[in-house]
Amino acid sequence: MSVARFWRNQIARYNLVGTKCKKCGEHFYPPRNMCPACRRDGQIEDFKFNGHGEVLTFTIIHTAAEGFENQTPYVLGIIKLQEGPSLTCQIICEPESVYIGMKVKPVFRKLGQDGERGMIYYGNKFIPEQC
Amino acid sequence: MSVGIVSYGAYVPKYRIKIDEIARLWGDDADILKSGLMVYEKSVPDVDEDTATIAVEAARAAISRSDIDAKRIGAVYTGSESHPYAVKPTSTIVAEASGATPVLTAADFEFACKAGTAAVQACMGLVSSGMIDLGLAIGADVAQGAPGDALEYTAAAGGVAYIIGNKESELVAVIEDTFSFTTDTPDFWRREGMPYPEHGGRFTGEPGYFKHVTNAAKGLMEKMHTKPSDYDFAVFHQPNGKFPSRVASMLGFSKEQINPGLVVPRLGNTYSGSCMIGIAATLDQAKPGDRIFATAFGSGAGGDAFSIRVTDRIEELRDRAPKVEELLANPVYVDYSRYARHKGKIKVA
Ligand SMILES: [Zn+2]
Repeated sequence: MSVARFWRNQIARYNLVGTKCKKCGEHFYPPRNMCPACRRDGQIEDFKFNGHGEVLTFTIIHTAAEGFENQTPYVLGIIKLQEGPSLTCQIICEPESVYIGMKVKPVFRKLGQDGERGMIYYGNKFIPEQC
Repeated sequence: MSVGIVSYGAYVPKYRIKIDEIARLWGDDADILKSGLMVYEKSVPDVDEDTATIAVEAARAAISRSDIDAKRIGAVYTGSESHPYAVKPTSTIVAEASGATPVLTAADFEFACKAGTAAVQACMGLVSSGMIDLGLAIGADVAQGAPGDALEYTAAAGGVAYIIGNKESELVAVIEDTFSFTTDTPDFWRREGMPYPEHGGRFTGEPGYFKHVTNAAKGLMEKMHTKPSDYDFAVFHQPNGKFPSRVASMLGFSKEQINPGLVVPRLGNTYSGSCMIGIAATLDQAKPGDRIFATAFGSGAGGDAFSIRVTDRIEELRDRAPKVEELLANPVYVDYSRYARHKGKIKVA
């Protein structure tokens, strides 16, 4: 990922900021500028998610991409936030302890880095609510 | 006009390694080490935790404990000796991830283990002068000790954030006064680009720790005309359990005064977090009206002493964020190989 591309979405990623359509109440993460239901009548505003949610589904990664080798095995899941939207994210827990419906909350972690010389990327991952 | 602590928040990674496990690997006598250091286990960061993530978690805990609007924060200073970048501030990451950006000043502080208390003092000045409304001062470290070095038995990870303000009704504790004692002393250092620090030997405390802690502490008590018996609690920098216990008795403080804040036996040395986590652990159990005496130490070398008086508001805020005792409870123990992996001591091909 380029430094510029990461930085553009940084506040949304750091603080789970998405958007909400005031007209129909739908929440969006990642943020959307247009409500697909209300179209031109929609009223979009920023919305900060509290980050509490639950695991919709998950997979356990044994063979990781470059830079993530020392984290395997790790859990990648789809988290449904309380307000509705879902996102794909790493869940930090022992792989044998994760289950569908597990309640999770966000935690600030390193997402990756460009080798030894490049940028370090930060953002939220999820941990079990009972942790 | 009063200045003091509006809120505080601590963070400790959930992993621990026992001293016995490290000693087993190096063939050292664990019992001698444990009784010598008065440290039994230490915290270990997760593979994706560093000083910035720990500082952010501590800052978020402090903000949510008090429910303050993060936009009121006018300065973010993070003290650490393990900032993730050599050039690029940790404090901008903390400021953005706390929701405090963009109208604020920020910088990283370095002064070995007392960079966090130096940040507290800077925030006290800015708040008192009216330059800012609230200041966020953090001490956080993922301390490094070279494999097999004496420091490896105590170098731990953790952090704590203090929100400093001057509106009397908002303060959980008033900082009555502060006093520092600083000289140029080569007791501990790390050169640019070097992964591990160097030090003058395992138990060389006299010209560094003891001289600076006692002078800062005595200086503050002389300035304020107070004595150890005026305080309900005392906290001293905790590179191990022995040093703070010894310096407390040298100064005339009792075991009972230091015990509530003595977290090092189960946490290890969190460097910039050390004394400040001890203060947080003490605030977690102090009553309104209690007085806390604290002295941080940083190699290089200096001591920062504080006199703190707890207010009624502590009862309201105390339970709204994890207490240090809760962060120390129910750890996940790791063996040396997993510890090495977490600390990046071995590279996986
Ligand atoms: Zn809509």
